[in-house]
Amino acid sequence: MNELPQQLVNGLLLGSMYGLVAIGYTMVYGIVQLINFAHGEIFMIGGFGALTVYLYVLPDGTTMWIALPLMLLGAVIAAVIVAVGAERFAYRPLRGAPRLAPLITAIGLSLALQQAVWAWYPGAKESINFPEIAGGPFEIGSVTIQTGDVFLLAVAPISMAILAYFVMKTRTGRGMQATAQDPDTAKLMGINTDRIIVVAFALGAVFAAVGAVAYGLKYGQVQFRMGFILGLKAFTAAVLGGIGNIYGAMIGGLVLGIAETMATAYIADVPGMSQLGGQSWANVWAFVLLILVLLFRPQGLMGERVADRA
Amino acid sequence: MRQRSLIAITAALAAGALTLTACGSRDDDGGGSSGDGGTTVVIGVDAPLTGDLSALGLGIKNSVDLATKQANKEKVVDGITFKIEALDDQAQPSSGQQNATKLVANKDVLGAVGPLNSSVAESMQKVFDDAKLVQVSPANTNPALTQGQNWNGGEKARPYKSYFRTATTDAIQGPYAAQYVYNDAKKTKAFVIDDKKTYGAGLAATFSDEYKKLGGKIVGTEHIDPETKDFSAVATKVKNSGADVVYYGGEYPQAGPLSKQIKAAGAKIPLVGGDGIYSADFISLAGASGAGDLATSVGAPVEELPSAKEFVANYKAAGYKDAYEAYGGYSYDSAWAIIQAVKKVVEDNNGELPDDARAKVTEAMQNVSFDGVTGKVSFDEFGDATNKQLTVYSVEGTDWSPVKSGTYEG
Repeated sequence: MNELPQQLVNGLLLGSMYGLVAIGYTMVYGIVQLINFAHGEIFMIGGFGALTVYLYVLPDGTTMWIALPLMLLGAVIAAVIVAVGAERFAYRPLRGAPRLAPLITAIGLSLALQQAVWAWYPGAKESINFPEIAGGPFEIGSVTIQTGDVFLLAVAPISMAILAYFVMKTRTGRGMQATAQDPDTAKLMGINTDRIIVVAFALGAVFAAVGAVAYGLKYGQVQFRMGFILGLKAFTAAVLGGIGNIYGAMIGGLVLGIAETMATAYIADVPGMSQLGGQSWANVWAFVLLILVLLFRPQGLMGERVADRA
Repeated sequence: MRQRSLIAITAALAAGALTLTACGSRDDDGGGSSGDGGTTVVIGVDAPLTGDLSALGLGIKNSVDLATKQANKEKVVDGITFKIEALDDQAQPSSGQQNATKLVANKDVLGAVGPLNSSVAESMQKVFDDAKLVQVSPANTNPALTQGQNWNGGEKARPYKSYFRTATTDAIQGPYAAQYVYNDAKKTKAFVIDDKKTYGAGLAATFSDEYKKLGGKIVGTEHIDPETKDFSAVATKVKNSGADVVYYGGEYPQAGPLSKQIKAAGAKIPLVGGDGIYSADFISLAGASGAGDLATSVGAPVEELPSAKEFVANYKAAGYKDAYEAYGGYSYDSAWAIIQAVKKVVEDNNGELPDDARAKVTEAMQNVSFDGVTGKVSFDEFGDATNKQLTVYSVEGTDWSPVKSGTYEG
């Protein structure tokens, strides 16, 4: 049986999740040139926000059709509060500082958030089960799509479209573009850059929260470490797509997800490569791809050539 | 700019180094506690007390604690009070080694129980052996730990004289699972997956060898990345391979989601694993579709052994917050073995601890023999348990229920 369509769908799903999280990295980088390594933890907080709504706010046995929007709301609120708080109290005081300072702050914040959830969220020392949408998988030809994945498949393109509209058409969106191009000039033109930066952090958090709900629905569990590896992958996706470019983040996520899945599925079948195949090598192949892309296009797949700012 | 970054890095490094020294300097206090009220002997415990595997680790810690309390209550060794010092290794070999060093530094420690993971044990063995400090693991199943790297090639050589274990090895567990899957469950096409860790890869290899010998066919192999939760690509491969059973060498944090995703991909076949997936957490992670999944675990079911009734009752009475899990009985027996060895040494030395107590305890351990929670406890020339019983469990509802108990014979 031909498993290519199914593996493509698997990769597409994984990649959509990377893409949703990557948007937060790329937007913040585009505007303040900060690699916000705590973004993976914002994602994780979103997952726990949704879980909190389900476990402690909603009455037991609420159907998912009612619960899901409220959980999404809870995830977004939790993630945005933490992200904006981080911007206000951890990053803004370091706005004029050398670039290493906010970077190390971000790494510290990432650890602090992980440990805070580990220590204080009831039961978070182990994986906690996340509610799932009832109903069997859908079969389309030879492809099986899980009920939980439908959410991701629907929500990723929709939120991408909304983001594109927001950035291109609204006043705040244009302000973001201007600030990304040149913060000082943007300020002189009357743009409140502090507010724009907060919006960038908040928007990134919204997408991370949506991704976190999708993660919970897909894998049926959340845990305090879930943002760490996924955050690194999403960051990779952002670089692959061209950091600073929001379309690049989504494309980079999809390319990375599909590359990993394909590597798992097919590398082992290439003659002489059986030792280098399988899932444990998928990351290696993903990074080989990243290096190749950066060799020929240092600005990433969709990035524009800019003066080296990092 | 460049200057400033350098300063920042140096500052960060200096701060880190200072923190580390601060941690290190606490080690040596707490010694010299022998007073008029008798001597205190500390039994070290090393297990993952936090993180994904903490359910098993806390069961180990509590069971050792119970053993020392029991020994103190019954005054098993006159004039000696047992205490535990439990350290968290987070299932990381590097933490395990640090903990081993820490335990060695504490003069009152005469034995250690743990760790849970074979890979962690590898990093601890030499530290303990250099100090002649006895280590008894309730859970390590990798054969190389006691029989040397070439155990499969027929050259068995014990690398460390201070290492013992009450658990049976993968050399027995993998083949036992293979026999059950092929002979009893009548599954002839297996897909073998492991997590590339010492434990998982070893288990998967011994399973595969025996399974092929019996006539079964391995229709595919895969190594997963234990850091991820996305196994959809692997699940699709399993489905398309036409396997009727999956064998997984690894632990429950990955096995649960793996089982779930394989079934979700459309392959309604059981996942079989070793004692690393024999945990209540596996069932909750695998969800409803996990029904019928199988695990082998060392020993007979603790609940069914008459010798274990007392342990189970005492454990409940002690009011521990966490269950004793898969290794509770073995941990209790490991601690009890250390207590017995200490007792022998003390009795041979006119009721007092000799100066070279650690070496003497290690020596005495070789000949320890008693009826423990899990049956007869004694060690062979490699430090392995002589009790080689195994049980197959299957997921029924929200519990593991024993399916078949037996002893593996070559």
